[in-house]
Amino acid sequence: MAEIKINARGLQCPGPIVQLFKEAKTCACGDILCIEVTDHGFKKDIASWCKKTNNILLSLDEENGVVKARIKKA
Amino acid sequence: MSANKKTIIVFSGDLDKAMASFIIANGAAAMGNEVSMFFTFWGLNILKKPESIKLKKSFLETLFGWIMPRGAEKLGLSKMNFGGMGAFMMKTIMRKKNVSTLNELIATAREMGVKMIACTMAMDVMGIKEEELIDGLEYGGVISYLGEADEANVNLFI
Repeated sequence: MAEIKINARGLQCPGPIVQLFKEAKTCACGDILCIEVTDHGFKKDIASWCKKTNNILLSLDEENGVVKARIKKA
Repeated sequence: MSANKKTIIVFSGDLDKAMASFIIANGAAAMGNEVSMFFTFWGLNILKKPESIKLKKSFLETLFGWIMPRGAEKLGLSKMNFGGMGAFMMKTIMRKKNVSTLNELIATAREMGVKMIACTMAMDVMGIKEEELIDGLEYGGVISYLGEADEANVNLFI
């Protein structure tokens, strides 16, 4: 199981989700995607995205304006 | 009906509405949706190549060509355009806020496999030829759109 880091800081909607989608397409099931985002809408968006794409949102934190999410590819 | 298909009719050739269309399209594609965008009337201006292309056209078609914006860089805002000043200000603010430009959004849409269909009837009416439009488009009529819309669960008219 690999852990993939994605830096999507500075990207506006839907940039971070597009990045995440591209990475998720290439990685294997069970891999963990760690993404860092500065777009605040992402906090809500990521839950919908995970639900729709059947991936698992492991954690969602915010630190100094940076949203960090860990997603497991299902 | 497939829950994984979205269609958008892009009727408007306004910069703000075009951006909204492509942001929705790219978001939908990133959620694993199949997305079709159907460009008609003013929306066709978004797809024009920026350069001038010499073609045989009637007087009215030539006139239309002069009046209408040529490509994504030349579009105005739907409100507060002020002869292009508004669009310029909007683009400046968006660049500062790191929002993708319309051309970048179009490039992402293509990369994500968003299908773009140009309405041939509107092209005919407005005197727009295939050579003037960017590559990688499909050409069709309302039936092509309806065929796609029938299978989709979201259909937008922008």
